[in-house]
Amino acid sequence: MTYVLETRGLTKRFGGFTALNGVSVGIKAGALTAIIGPNGAGKSTFFNLITGALAPSAGQVLFEGADITGTPQHRWAGLGIAKSFQITNVFPRLTALENVRVAAQARLTRFDPWRARARLTALVDEAHALLATVGLRHRAEAEAATLAHGEQRALEIAIALAARPRLLLMDEPTAGMSPEETRTIMDLVLRLTTERTVVLVEHKMKLVMGVSDRLLVLHHGELLAEGTPDDIRANAEVRRVYLGSRAA
Amino acid sequence: MSDLALTQAPALPWLRRHKVLAGCAALLVLPLAAPYPALATDVIVWGLYALGFNLLYGGLGLLSFGHAALFGGGAYACGIVLTRAGLPPTLAPWAAIAAGPLAGAAIALLMGLLATRTRGIYFAMVTLALAQCAWFVAYQSSVWTGGENGLRGVNLTTVPLPGFSLDFLHPLSRYYLLAAIVAAALAVLARIEASPFGAAMAAVRENEGRARACGYDVARIRLLGFVLSGGFAGLAGALYALKLGIVPIEAMDLHVSGQAVIMTLLGGAGTFFGPFIGAALVVVIETQLSAVTEHWPLLVGALFVACVLFFPRGVWGTLAAR
Repeated sequence: MTYVLETRGLTKRFGGFTALNGVSVGIKAGALTAIIGPNGAGKSTFFNLITGALAPSAGQVLFEGADITGTPQHRWAGLGIAKSFQITNVFPRLTALENVRVAAQARLTRFDPWRARARLTALVDEAHALLATVGLRHRAEAEAATLAHGEQRALEIAIALAARPRLLLMDEPTAGMSPEETRTIMDLVLRLTTERTVVLVEHKMKLVMGVSDRLLVLHHGELLAEGTPDDIRANAEVRRVYLGSRAA
Repeated sequence: MSDLALTQAPALPWLRRHKVLAGCAALLVLPLAAPYPALATDVIVWGLYALGFNLLYGGLGLLSFGHAALFGGGAYACGIVLTRAGLPPTLAPWAAIAAGPLAGAAIALLMGLLATRTRGIYFAMVTLALAQCAWFVAYQSSVWTGGENGLRGVNLTTVPLPGFSLDFLHPLSRYYLLAAIVAAALAVLARIEASPFGAAMAAVRENEGRARACGYDVARIRLLGFVLSGGFAGLAGALYALKLGIVPIEAMDLHVSGQAVIMTLLGGAGTFFGPFIGAALVVVIETQLSAVTEHWPLLVGALFVACVLFFPRGVWGTLAAR
């Protein structure tokens, strides 16, 4: 079977340090896959490689069966892959609505300089709908910089969704959030998974255990285990490296 | 004020909605406020130049220290077409004016291919260095540019218009012809700002990495923004050449690059009218005070420092935010 996203022998070296070593995984369509691992396991490097932010030292990234290794970063959105960042990453001095509208506008293949952007009403409507999806309908006219931390993270997800991705990659979407905000965002992530493939990079194992369809465990830059949450829970290796202190 | 604007000013909604109309009205009455028409002409030529600079600085957040090459290039292109091309008198003035933005955009394309790879202080330094190269080329090519004597004989006496011909030597009719061109440039500028491309520029300025992840080709948007900015600066250069009747080598001087920065920051970077107001302030101070004291640059400098310290949004930016 073909995977939505597949990596083959993905390796990244920084000078003499190998951050990621020959990771081959396949991510199935329509599922929520979480990539977990302790600090320094290579999660962020892996995320940056599968979103095109970094070029691998060796190995390939395949999207829907096609090799996309080395494709310039700005083309990934057009392929159908969108990401949300670990650090809040919005357009601070634009309104929430314009943040999402301009992201949706990026799908246009060419600019028509004689049509004002406000006349592209389909994009404006779409942006409003996306803001409603992430629970920011009432904040449309607020400048992004004035939004609360949790609201900015939600806005970022709306920006990512504006690319109409078939694959959504998220780097610790709940980092720095209150328990209540975390629950809201995880509910949102689950809702999003019904319509597209979602990959989550997460540090907090407990958070993803209950909701993920599949888990990939990285350790020291290598794939330690993969499987359903039950498989992972039962895996002695994972318990040793990840849950070590508590399992002992 | 606009989405190009760095800040969303809550005041003056009418001005915001009808920028071009308000700009045209101001251009219409400016000679009445000015002590003599030539001063008003100076204001609008430098105002247009500052607007072109602001398209890059306010729009994309790129600080160029090399806009003199674009302004001077436009001025020389206009002068050369008028003095050398041997076009029929019905065509020559228009071809000369059109040569300005074309030359400005072409030079911007060359500079931009190198400069837009860098950002921040490096962008400023690369544009500065390239503008110095352009100055040297102009200085050495005395056959075309007149070198340090300047390109002389850029004489435009009448401009043919449908039905009649305009006396370009009359200060007021000269002003209104140039003002009509500036008004057209304002309309184009407002259009760019409101267009999807204007929105893409704002996205790149606000968050380059995010814009790239959204699918914007950041390098291309920067380059196109620089080229458009060069077009406006080049047009301003052409109008400058027509106004003076000569293109001095000073048109390419480093000082001209600095003027754009001072005028724009003084008036309010990233606002629609700010650069124009800043240009008016600098031109008025310069012409009025240079008659009184040779130390007038001291006052412009002091005003600039005070503005940066106390009104970082500039004169217009501060007023509009009220």
